[in-house]
Amino acid sequence: MIEFVNIEKGFFGVKVLKGVSFAVKPGETVGLVGENGAGKSTLMNILGGNLQPDAGEMRLNGQPYTPRSPRDAEHARIAFIHQELNLFGNLSIAENLFIGGFPRSATWLPFIDRRKIRERTSELLRELQLPYGPDTLVERLSAGERQLVEIAKALAIDAKLIIFDEPTTSLTARETERLFAIMAKLRERGISMIYISHSLSDVLNLCDEIVVLRDGAVVGNAPASELPMERMIALMVGREITQLFPRRDTKPEEGIALDVRGVSQPSVARNITFQLRRGEVLGVAGLMGSGRSELARILFGLDPCAAGEIRLNGQLLNGLSPRERIQRGLAFLTEDRRMEGLCMEAAIADNAALVALPRFARGLFGFVSEKKSRAAVRNIREAVKLTPSARDAQPVKTLSGGNQQKVVLAKWLLNEPKVFIIDEPTRGIDVGAKHEVYRLINELAARGTGVLVISSEVEELIGICDRILVMRRGEIRDTVGASEFDRERILRAALHEGASV
Amino acid sequence: MLSAASTTSTPAPRRINVVKRLFLSEYLVLGLCVVYFAVFTPFTPGFASWSNLQTILAYCLPILVVSVGLTLVLIVGGIDLSVTSIIALASVVGGKIMSADEGWLAGSAWAIPVGLFAMMAISAVVGAVNGAAITIGRIPAVIATLTTMMFVSGLAIWFTLSRKIGGLPSGFVMLGQNLWIVAAISGAAILLAHVALTKTLYGKWLYAIGHNPRAAIVSGVPVGRVTFFTYVFSGLFAGIAAILFTAGLETGNPEMARDNLLDVVGAVVIGGTSLYGGKGHVIGTVFGVLFLALVDNSLNLIGLNFYTIAMVKGGVILAAAFTDALRNRFMAGA
Repeated sequence: MIEFVNIEKGFFGVKVLKGVSFAVKPGETVGLVGENGAGKSTLMNILGGNLQPDAGEMRLNGQPYTPRSPRDAEHARIAFIHQELNLFGNLSIAENLFIGGFPRSATWLPFIDRRKIRERTSELLRELQLPYGPDTLVERLSAGERQLVEIAKALAIDAKLIIFDEPTTSLTARETERLFAIMAKLRERGISMIYISHSLSDVLNLCDEIVVLRDGAVVGNAPASELPMERMIALMVGREITQLFPRRDTKPEEGIALDVRGVSQPSVARNITFQLRRGEVLGVAGLMGSGRSELARILFGLDPCAAGEIRLNGQLLNGLSPRERIQRGLAFLTEDRRMEGLCMEAAIADNAALVALPRFARGLFGFVSEKKSRAAVRNIREAVKLTPSARDAQPVKTLSGGNQQKVVLAKWLLNEPKVFIIDEPTRGIDVGAKHEVYRLINELAARGTGVLVISSEVEELIGICDRILVMRRGEIRDTVGASEFDRERILRAALHEGASV
Repeated sequence: MLSAASTTSTPAPRRINVVKRLFLSEYLVLGLCVVYFAVFTPFTPGFASWSNLQTILAYCLPILVVSVGLTLVLIVGGIDLSVTSIIALASVVGGKIMSADEGWLAGSAWAIPVGLFAMMAISAVVGAVNGAAITIGRIPAVIATLTTMMFVSGLAIWFTLSRKIGGLPSGFVMLGQNLWIVAAISGAAILLAHVALTKTLYGKWLYAIGHNPRAAIVSGVPVGRVTFFTYVFSGLFAGIAAILFTAGLETGNPEMARDNLLDVVGAVVIGGTSLYGGKGHVIGTVFGVLFLALVDNSLNLIGLNFYTIAMVKGGVILAAAFTDALRNRFMAGA
């Protein structure tokens, strides 16, 4: 189907791809895995015509394939389902499907044949079992449903090769299941697929072949049956990680760090009560929309709290702004790094110093001591093991996802929090960085910080927490202690099936 | 010898880096000023004369003070279109108080201090109205400051019945006519803004808000307060410019600086401050103002009319805005 031959690409003298070669056979599903920065996105950008390779070539069904733009890729029947979806929320499903080329009613008139579009759209929606009419506005759909629209878009151009780039990151468990079922159907129709994901178990289940990239080179290419998980991880990071979740020897202390009593907010949270002890890692599980992230925003003061009390080390936090809560020792790593975590264009050092800045400022006019702030940033960089190759003045957006997450952690750690709320600690970051993040959480707990971890990955919570709260529809439905951790029980409480009500 | 292989490949990326760094540098505009001056001097009679350079400087300094205030606003990711109307209003308020012909405090020893205070106060008030409309009212900055611009210009004209006010006291007039005093006042204002921007908490917060206001809120930056005061500062800088203009021209004029709005916005953008927020320097703005002043002055000397000069300046500013957009894309693509 498609063949990559010795593809090379560099940016400003840095080689990102160093002679990548592999092939996707017709009807085959190939998994592409690798740490962030391994070159996956660059390779896919070349395939999609967004970038031109410095050397090497691509062959499509044996013919040379040299896309100069995304349009060329579309003409070659190659479609991309991106992590961040490329749909227009203010347009209807039908309009989104045909935005690249509306069929005309007559060849010489610039009018759109609406009837034809609607018929074809209805047909595709039926095929994907999406219960909406073609005129439904895309903004009314959930993340999972929008993804199906993206797939419909691929089918509308009669794609022969579909690339899935981290398709499951914003999907609920059910939507993920549905996506996989649809992928199986696509496969029956003989469509080739490239599947990119950090979720290695999904890759193993879905793919025929697996290609492992590390530092811009193919380090493994074998049938899925011959690449067990440990082997895949070892290839990705270039060393064996014996344990993804590092062991923690410290136990939670007696004192209560965060005391939450009866916190309620209409249609978001109902009567939330729990105590987070010093040195405890407390997990919050739940599906997307269960109120877990919303609870974090209420605790941090970003969203209103209609009733209940929130106390940090005995001090009442209700009514205080996020800024005042930070001054009292609260920290909050948000789930959306790009929108709320970092100033992407700003320097690493400026991002890392942002929260603790008032500590470095003196006098009536708030003169910031560069010396103090630089020294603090230097220390914290080492503590979070930020890649030494990154300069302090470099914009954070040039970093890989894992290193970006370390910068967010660094900026909060600099302020020495007493309670740290972490929403999705490892979203979109690679295995090596995940390990580092878990290690930092352990260190925080060992120093007596209370850590509240919110995650959609149950394994992660089981791996690092002392206790797990399970939320559903804005309420805590179950509390599970470390000795009784059970994936089934947690999922059941989160999904409602058979759980006590 | 071992390094031979690696050194052969370095020249290409380094050249890209030099081009890129020059392109992104705040001193690029200073270079442009020097080149422009060197190229135009032979063709422009009197361009390099001492008296002409003094004229350029006298024109530059008040404009520079307003532009520096606007630089702060652009860095925080906003825009202030009301600055020139603030100058007009402050100008007539000062005139109404100090004028020997019709001033409320004509001849009094208090005339000058009260006049100066009132000019600054009215400027700060308009800035505060902008700030409140934007931070508390959540009105987009373009609309908020555009409407205050209309209101304030109208107010200045209504207040004076569209007449100019003369007869300002000589102690006041000196502030705007002695080039040394003008330079000292503007220099102090510019230095103050530079230090605030580069050395203080306020400055660091300003950049963070300009880059990403949501991340700034989550990081505990008092976004509303910082943004509000930035518009107040912008008003105050316009007030200082109003003092310099009014004293320099010896009149309180309700149409003062009316034609300078695009000069001010343009100078800031030419100076490399981004229209997208988060990036910019006072030094760049200084060079931006200088460059536009050189263009304006030299074309005047050649004998082009007002409208032709406006076309040329418009083209220059458009090119600067385009460069800003390019830079933004360049950085995003890297």
